[in-house]
Amino acid sequence: MKVLNIIEIAYRATLEEQDDPVVWIIHAMKGAGADHSVLLSGNAVNYAVTAQGVPPLMFGDRAQKHAPRLAEQVAGLVAKGVDVMVVRECLTERGIREEELIGGLTMVKQAAVPKMMGGFDQVWHW
Amino acid sequence: MADKKTLTFLLMDAPFENARTTTALRLIDIAARRGYDINVFAYEGAVYLPLAAQAKHANAVHGTDAAEEDHPLPREWVEAVMQEAARNGGKLDWVNCGLCVDERGATESVAGVRRGSPADFWKMASTSDNVLVIPTR
Repeated sequence: MKVLNIIEIAYRATLEEQDDPVVWIIHAMKGAGADHSVLLSGNAVNYAVTAQGVPPLMFGDRAQKHAPRLAEQVAGLVAKGVDVMVVRECLTERGIREEELIGGLTMVKQAAVPKMMGGFDQVWHW
Repeated sequence: MADKKTLTFLLMDAPFENARTTTALRLIDIAARRGYDINVFAYEGAVYLPLAAQAKHANAVHGTDAAEEDHPLPREWVEAVMQEAARNGGKLDWVNCGLCVDERGATESVAGVRRGSPADFWKMASTSDNVLVIPTR
């Protein structure tokens, strides 16, 4: 079964989970043999930006040691053979240039998404 | 402290699902560092924030064991801001909505958390310099 995962909501619990839970579960399912593709849309296109960072975080004397590294986590999906696509218009709207992104991504036009969905057995919109 | 403030926060989101809880606790942390008196009314899923049973785990996707992963636990953050408030001459009164606790079975919380009702929230709000409600969206 081929699944297209559209990730649109960004930075959901990334500090508490030290990653994005959707990216994480796709990693985990890929390890179990799942056939996943990912489409980054909306604010989630920022997940592919290499220069993002997380400032140190402390509550009282409890320091948060591991910042989420979203670009690395998405690059990890690419390295595992997951087709990771990005909606070009969502980048343009946010002033993000393609050269700011990790490698190995596929740019898609918004208008091409509906037809692309037809190539998958299921579409999961996160 | 002449300018000591009392602030009340209502939190509604469960942990590990969005960034609102982290943001709220960052604000509470700032107030604690200033020695303010802080009230928190945890409503609905937020009663899970100080749940005593939260546990660290290994993470196969990250390739880490439990110690290396050192997974954040909101109960530790709650304890840390309580301690920070006390260190600076303030206090943090954390009230879990009792009915919300019952319907979820979230009965075991870290020390310092007490059970209450919307009447407690109203009392907190009525006696505070300001109130910030951070609801589920």
